Amino acid sequence: MTTANSVTKLDPEHAIAYVREVPIEASPPPVTARGALGWLRANFFATPFDTVLTIVMLLLIAWAIPPVIDFLIVDAVWSGSDREACLATPQHPEVGACWAFVRNRFAYFVYGSYPLAERWRVDIFFAMLAVGIVWMLKLDAPRRDIGAIYFFVVLPIASYVLLRGMPALGLPAVETALWGGVLVTIVVATVGIVASLPAGIMLALGRRSRMPAVRLFSIIYIEFVRGVPLITVLFMASVMLPLFVPEAYSPDKLVRALVGIAMFASAYMAEVVRAGLQAIPRGQYEGAMALGLSYSQMMRFVILPQALKITIPNIVNTYIGLFKDTTLVFIVGIFDLLKTIEAARVDPSWATPVTSTTGYAFAALFYFACCYMMSRYAKAMEARLAHGERR
Amino acid sequence: MSATHQVGPPKVSPLYDPKVRSIAYQFALCAFIAFLAYGAITNAAENLARARIASGFDFWNVTAGFDISQTLIDYSPQTSSYGRAFWVGLLNTLLVAVIGIVFATVLGFLVGIARLSRNFLVARIAAGYVEFIRNLPLLLQLLFWYNAVLKALPSVSGSVVLWGGIYLNNRGLFLPEFRLQEGGTALQIAFLLALVASLVFRIWARRRQQRTGKQASVFLATLGFFVGFPLIVVLSGSIRLAVTFPELGRFNIRGGVEILPELAALVFGLVIYTAAFIAEVVRAGILAVSRGQTEAAYALGLRPRLTLRLIVIPQAMRVIIPPLTSQYLNLTKNSSLAVAIGYPDLVQVFTGTVLNQTGQAVEVVLITMAVYLTISLVTSLAMNIYNARIALVER
Repeated sequence: MTTANSVTKLDPEHAIAYVREVPIEASPPPVTARGALGWLRANFFATPFDTVLTIVMLLLIAWAIPPVIDFLIVDAVWSGSDREACLATPQHPEVGACWAFVRNRFAYFVYGSYPLAERWRVDIFFAMLAVGIVWMLKLDAPRRDIGAIYFFVVLPIASYVLLRGMPALGLPAVETALWGGVLVTIVVATVGIVASLPAGIMLALGRRSRMPAVRLFSIIYIEFVRGVPLITVLFMASVMLPLFVPEAYSPDKLVRALVGIAMFASAYMAEVVRAGLQAIPRGQYEGAMALGLSYSQMMRFVILPQALKITIPNIVNTYIGLFKDTTLVFIVGIFDLLKTIEAARVDPSWATPVTSTTGYAFAALFYFACCYMMSRYAKAMEARLAHGERR
Repeated sequence: MSATHQVGPPKVSPLYDPKVRSIAYQFALCAFIAFLAYGAITNAAENLARARIASGFDFWNVTAGFDISQTLIDYSPQTSSYGRAFWVGLLNTLLVAVIGIVFATVLGFLVGIARLSRNFLVARIAAGYVEFIRNLPLLLQLLFWYNAVLKALPSVSGSVVLWGGIYLNNRGLFLPEFRLQEGGTALQIAFLLALVASLVFRIWARRRQQRTGKQASVFLATLGFFVGFPLIVVLSGSIRLAVTFPELGRFNIRGGVEILPELAALVFGLVIYTAAFIAEVVRAGILAVSRGQTEAAYALGLRPRLTLRLIVIPQAMRVIIPPLTSQYLNLTKNSSLAVAIGYPDLVQVFTGTVLNQTGQAVEVVLITMAVYLTISLVTSLAMNIYNARIALVER
């Protein structure tokens, strides 16, 4: 008996026969519930139904994944100068993605028809934007107040001068009709992002205002824009806006689309900000008022910093939606990335059965990379905020 | 001594009186909006007069003169008006919305539940699907389905023949058409009877449960009524069906029901995209029901299936329904992307072709927006009523 030595001697004063002093070691779980085998069993073969599901899913993976990898990498054509490279030949019957097409048209996908000699300006714009984004997104970056001024004031003006041109500074003007590709996608998204946050904050405050006229206007605007599809807002901006301004000031196509996107994004941003404002306890408002702060001081120093901080994940999620929605400017005739791909894929010099799919795969990579990074950031932000809440 | 007893709020200069300020702000806002509206209207009148574009809604009854590839109601380019074209477009939009909502709900619930599965592979694949689809623009997906998948199908002469006389080619999917020649009324009566019977059964079952505690499966009974009654009619031999199979010609296919590739691509894209969002809604809803609820149900001796049906799902639905409705609205609004692949929905027909032909941008865009706005407002109104009904009653 292994337990013999852990039994105490009989104690006559206390009428206890014996007390176990040392707990028995827990016996290990059965081999089928432990280690790799146990993990497999719990996660893959817990019940007969689970086993069937696992087998079906394995078959699904085996059916779906290898063809995709074959198409994108194994059978892909990486170099070539025209469609001949991507046509099936007797030696090479299976043709995958025609990456040669993307490489050949890469500059077009990035800059559109922006004049060759002036493309360095676009590069500088991308670099400035990258600096601004990193400055704004890194919460522990130095002097984020300057960063905000840089992002919301300096950057828009500098980008306008750089991209549109200013002959006085020796930068020849470039018509927006020549802009295209990633440049336009980024410009549309950035304008939407930069314009929608301040406008959204104003609308959200307006909707919670105690002044009936202000509240009514905000509610009508927000509910109206959120109730209609973006495409009709873009149509409104592109066909009705020119009617509403004197002919001499008729805005160009890109500006109209930008107005539409900004109007649309502000309404959605307003609702996100409003949710944040509602989450701030009443005591914060009352405390600020008790200190004698005016409305604008209360909002600037007490309420908005807290409300915006907790809404960062939702703001980023709205930006993801906005970024995907920029593709819709394609329908009102703006050459964004998707439109340049549409234009390039029907070009006869690259017409092959795989060109369309390759073009879409490239666009998918670009959009997925951007949106995925944004959603990772939102997740990380959420985790960080949750960390702060924990005590 | 002049110890004046102050009554009411202290006197301040009108410049700092909150009431006066508030009125001034509101007045300024109204004046600003009125100024904008006035400017816009005068400019619009001037611009329209210069471009010689009529205004008003007279174009509604003018003959349209363009063809529409899919019409659910009678429409002919020679005789039908722009107003008729509007209704055709609206019905096409509603068709896509209804089909899309049904399939997206099924797929979305499946994926949402799969994400919570104990099975590692199932959960991972569902999560991968959601991440992948949600991070790609819908327009890109639609263009992919339409241009890269459906347009790459063989042409008419090389149609893929599926079982039962179904043809698939780059002009669409062709199905046999079933037309009821006789016995339509009998069938309708059978369905009506089934409806009445299931309602009666439901009331009876509820009363009996309240009286005796015995439960009856209302679902099975309803299913029985709806399958059984029409089946009796069919078996009694009073039904005659006319079936037209599609016939393969050299350049086109005659007869049968045609499903446009545009419709298929649009439904495909919308369902796959929206299902990813619905899956997240469903997952969040199920996770919102605390584990204690399940454990308490087990402690009361309910079996897992009953726990799911009576405890978890009713509580999860309370969380799921509001965002689910907004996903339905999103799907309806997103169906306007049809214009990119040429499906004749409201936006493509009305804001596209009619706008181009008449040039009456203001009226056409406003009507289109009014339609979507009406759909949104009616849905959110219904939602508010529903929400008020199911909201937790707290002390």
